[in-house]
Amino acid sequence: MRSRAREFGWLIAGALIGLPALGLWALVVASAGLSLAAGLGLATFAGVVWMSRRLAGIQRRRAAAVLDRPIPPPYRPLPAGSASRGMASRGMASRGMALRGMALRGMASRLRTVAADPATWRDLAWQPCQFVAGVGGLLLAAGLWLGAAECVAAPLLVAVFPEPTGFDPALLDLIGRSEPLAWAAVPAGVALAVAAVRLPRVLLRGQARLAEALLGPTKAAADAARLSARVDSLVATRAAAVDASAAEVRRIERDLHDGAQARLIAVAMSLGVAQDVIDADPATAKTLLAEAKANAGAALTELRDLVRGIHPPVLADRGLAGAVEALCLRSAIRVDLDLRLRRRLTAPVESAAYFAVCESLANAIRHSHAARVRITLVDDGAALRLTVHDDGRGGADPGRGTGLLGIGRRLAALDGTLHLSSPAGGPTVLAMELPCAS
Amino acid sequence: MRVLIAEDQALLRDGLTRMLTAYGFEVVAAVADGTRLAEQLVSVRPEVAVLDVRLPPSFTDEGLRAAIAARRTVPGLPVLVLSQYVERLYARELLRDRDGGVGYLLKDRVGEVRRFVEALRQVAAGGTVMDPDVVGQLLDSHEPLETLNPRELDVLRLMAQGRSNTAIAAELFITAKSVSNHINTLFAKLGLPPAAHHDRRVVAVLTYLDRPTR
Repeated sequence: MRSRAREFGWLIAGALIGLPALGLWALVVASAGLSLAAGLGLATFAGVVWMSRRLAGIQRRRAAAVLDRPIPPPYRPLPAGSASRGMASRGMASRGMALRGMALRGMASRLRTVAADPATWRDLAWQPCQFVAGVGGLLLAAGLWLGAAECVAAPLLVAVFPEPTGFDPALLDLIGRSEPLAWAAVPAGVALAVAAVRLPRVLLRGQARLAEALLGPTKAAADAARLSARVDSLVATRAAAVDASAAEVRRIERDLHDGAQARLIAVAMSLGVAQDVIDADPATAKTLLAEAKANAGAALTELRDLVRGIHPPVLADRGLAGAVEALCLRSAIRVDLDLRLRRRLTAPVESAAYFAVCESLANAIRHSHAARVRITLVDDGAALRLTVHDDGRGGADPGRGTGLLGIGRRLAALDGTLHLSSPAGGPTVLAMELPCAS
Repeated sequence: MRVLIAEDQALLRDGLTRMLTAYGFEVVAAVADGTRLAEQLVSVRPEVAVLDVRLPPSFTDEGLRAAIAARRTVPGLPVLVLSQYVERLYARELLRDRDGGVGYLLKDRVGEVRRFVEALRQVAAGGTVMDPDVVGQLLDSHEPLETLNPRELDVLRLMAQGRSNTAIAAELFITAKSVSNHINTLFAKLGLPPAAHHDRRVVAVLTYLDRPTR
């Protein structure tokens, strides 16, 4: 009931928003005439635009709330120096005379931008439409309630006013004060009341659509905005990807330098010394050879781990499905696999997906202390959906932990997404999606 | 003993040839790619083949596929597969036909020359040799193995690597007799049928360890 009342309130507000339309338009016409004479026309026009933008802004927020989707303002950015809101440059009077000329020129150029902006005129076109829709809608809704009330009260009215008076409700004339007709009007009144309850919502939606069409960005502008947002996100993810790969190269370089390279130097040294002393001191030579062999073995192990970290051989051999299967076989905890992937994907997608699974599995074991993990991999032709579900203690925080951030970055570089649900006490569910249309 | 070598890196191919010749093997063929390997395995019929998993032309798991295909034509054709890394997945595929005569080792193990040659002989004789890494992966993933005591686990680990009872005894400083006792108990504990032949026993253990339900 309260929401019905609120809807009715919104309807009244809608009418109020539409109300200034006639005045605003009169001022627009007047400003065209005045501007020939003096700067007064410009000031009037600025005032009109400021007002209509305020009203449009209010209606845009209302419409967004009704439609449950944002309606971004479509205005062109104003030239620099427009820090003060809209057209009103407030600080002007307090500045010096020298500044005044500049400020006036700035204001004129801003006004030119505003006048050339189709959004300004779409706002002004919307005003009369909202006037009709708002005021008409309110009258209709109010009339419907009035009619409903009269119909429901018809038998009473007939009893109270048996003879025609100067202020008869219209209904009494309509039914000719006949008692049976008055009783018949009662159900009609109930029906009208039901309609009256429902009507505001319909009207509000209609007004919201109107606002969306006229106050929102045009399709071309919306496309442009979408493209520009896309470019922004591409720039960001590309930068992240470049950073990540640079960091990766540095890590590999460091690992090679500290690991395998150092060990091979040790091997060469041991062998060199062994070669020198082998005749004089075979026992020492033997020890040195054993050392060399041990170091060579360790170098191999390190190289193998490094290679696995760069690009796991089994991923190259068998693709994502095979590699994930192999990973689960290696895992220390129980992993249930649901693989619905029948094809090879592009190398970057396979690689990103594989590392996402690796990292999630490692997190489940290391941080979540899970005893059991379920991994789902579904390829629906357009996207690859990955879910990693564990029965651990939950409470994973995407803001902390470089693992999750790393997964997110890797996926984002390929337009993928990551959603984490991890209430304290578990379970943790990591849902990831990667576009993979071939 | 007639051996075939498949390895695309000339350095390693020549090294293997030299080493095996020194230990009394006769290298009857040394191939460098997967296509030739598939032909030669069937036409040359070596007594044992040493092959690299990754071979041209695809540089993926060419060698493994060739070996599995050849064993389909010539059941039990002994192959020792070498790889820069070991995957339980590949071990499972190699063991699937349960014919024995299979080895799967990290390339690093070539450095342990004597043990490597011993492993090759065992594979040639129809035995099964798994890399300790694979065995480790298998054992790590098993909870039911809690029923085994540490000594039995040691025996199991060494047995899965294809060691003989004598070798296990020497490694664990126990008698061959107690090794065979341990083996009997652990077979009973795992519910595996007693198998007389050592190599069948290894296959049984590995298959048991790699069964899908854990």
